[in-house]
Amino acid sequence: MIAWMNWTPSVAIFFAVIAGLLAVMTVYELVSPSVERKGFLPIATTRGDRLFIGLLSAAYIHLTFLAVSDVTLWVALAVSVAWMVVLLRWG
Amino acid sequence: MDRIPDNRAWWLVLPVFLLVAFSALIPLMTVVNYSVQDIFGPGQAYFVGTEWFREVLTDQRLQDSLLRQFLFSGAVLLIQIPLGIGVALLMPKSGIKGSLCLILVAIPLLIPWNVVGTIWQIFARGDIGLFGWGVNQLGVDYNYTGNTVDAWLTVLLMDVWHWTPLVALLCYSGLRAIPEAFYQAAEIDRASRWAVFRYIQLPRLKSVLVIAVLLRFMDSFMIYSEPFVLTGGGPGSSTTFLSQTLTTMAVGQFDLGRAAAFSLVYFLIVLLISWLFFTAITHADKDT
Amino acid sequence: MNRPARSKNVAIVVFIVLLLTPVYWLLNMSFKTNQEILGGLTLWPENFTLDNYVVIFTDPSWYSGYLNSMTYVSINVVITLLVALPAAYAFSRYRFLGDKHLFFWLLSNRMAPPAVFLLPFFQLYSSIGLFDTHIAVALAHCLFNVPLAVWILEGFMKGVPREYDEMAYIDGYSFPRFFVKVFLPMIRSGIGVTAFFVFMFSWVELLLARTLTAVDAQPIGAIMTRTIGASGIDWGVLAAAGVLTIIPGLLVIWFVRNHVAKGFALGRV
Repeated sequence: MIAWMNWTPSVAIFFAVIAGLLAVMTVYELVSPSVERKGFLPIATTRGDRLFIGLLSAAYIHLTFLAVSDVTLWVALAVSVAWMVVLLRWG
Repeated sequence: MDRIPDNRAWWLVLPVFLLVAFSALIPLMTVVNYSVQDIFGPGQAYFVGTEWFREVLTDQRLQDSLLRQFLFSGAVLLIQIPLGIGVALLMPKSGIKGSLCLILVAIPLLIPWNVVGTIWQIFARGDIGLFGWGVNQLGVDYNYTGNTVDAWLTVLLMDVWHWTPLVALLCYSGLRAIPEAFYQAAEIDRASRWAVFRYIQLPRLKSVLVIAVLLRFMDSFMIYSEPFVLTGGGPGSSTTFLSQTLTTMAVGQFDLGRAAAFSLVYFLIVLLISWLFFTAITHADKDT
Repeated sequence: MNRPARSKNVAIVVFIVLLLTPVYWLLNMSFKTNQEILGGLTLWPENFTLDNYVVIFTDPSWYSGYLNSMTYVSINVVITLLVALPAAYAFSRYRFLGDKHLFFWLLSNRMAPPAVFLLPFFQLYSSIGLFDTHIAVALAHCLFNVPLAVWILEGFMKGVPREYDEMAYIDGYSFPRFFVKVFLPMIRSGIGVTAFFVFMFSWVELLLARTLTAVDAQPIGAIMTRTIGASGIDWGVLAAAGVLTIIPGLLVIWFVRNHVAKGFALGRV
């Protein structure tokens, strides 16, 4: 039935992590709704906005690493996670 | 208008969410799966990790078609948006003339995309097409199947012909929504025609222009049927836009993994540009 | 009539003439024989013939294409409006968890390049047994039509003051009754305009429609590519088929012309 989707474990983990992030954010948002605020980003953002910006920039960080260097992508992942934390906290 | 915070509104959105998620998420997940594998056939796939992405990002052919795509979409927006606004300003305000204009202007929009390609394929031919023949009569050596520049201009002209009406229709509707009192006030102030446009019409057109720009950007970025029918991507690969490169790769060479990886990169580019545009507009609005 | 108004009229007439010339050329071709089309340039049909149209109206494999296209487009318009109306109402009246992101996500579905997504689409609809049915194409077209419909409708709904909603509740209307009896009639124009755009994008789209069908639900656009046979392209029949694809759209815009002319400003920005 879903054989044609060609699932691989790594992609499954990837989507599970994204889904998990969304679920956690939803619950967090229900427990304590976030207020729009202005951080170092040029626009006022809510927590969800910062998550989206973080995910999108993480994708670009990974692509940049792939394009310009041969280092393992774990480095890119680490950079992305660090950036995400900075963004969520001070963005 | 202030909106009431109420999470029960999700029940009203749920059908849309489920319907779109079904058609959007499952194919998206599948494409992500393709992009990390080398697929030979059903059940014959090998995990290759991020190899396709690395290849795609350094592939000259793909970078070329991406560049062509940006040039094309840029040209499309630069021509169609001002032209569409202009046409909307010219169209009669009401009555039978207004309706007639509306219907005639909408005609190119209602033609299936491959038929658009067919029309121009004939129309631009030097021997039996009015346009090609006319241009040749003017003493210009024009041949869209042989000359790169001609092919480009023909595809661009075709797109302008095809889609300017969309911008015009949206703007026309936006203009009609401006209350007559605004114009009367301008008349009392003896405002010039330009001032009326700049300070009354343009600000009120903003919301329709946002949708026009976004639609035109997204749709021109994935233009496929029309140039495919018209030029087949040639001469050489001068009018081979992204979608066509992708289709050749995925269907022609059955190079699914590479094509999938490139689709995702391409999706990310469109996503970023659209998001920046959308956010800029939304926030500019909030500040004023 | 004063001078600026006249030059304005001249300009719009010139634009419309230029716009319609390619369409005229198609019409012109559809009344010609293939010999005349390929023989040289003629500004109007010298051997006027209706044969090309006769071919289409007598061959079921041709005219069924129109019926198929109209069927899935109609289903798509109905589904899109049914789901988009309540959603647009929610977006225009309430703030809820993730509303902004949901909206952008809906919109982002227009951005996916079709080429590579066609294969999963084909497999998805095959695996649920909907391949080569009208409903499959109608559902697939919802992907880009529903977001657009929500966007346009929301703009119209914002124009209706919330006092109407509150008044109806005070009068004892339930939500569904208020929505259907009071609210929908107020945004009639909006529904008309939305239906037009949804119709248009579904009618002209071909890649998905062609991928998801084989025989029973094949759209007219896909059937047209068949005229490329052993003896070359049958231009006359192709042109006639092209002319006929414009007619349904003309009918639809005829019905909604007054709604479009009434004007609208879109919401959400």
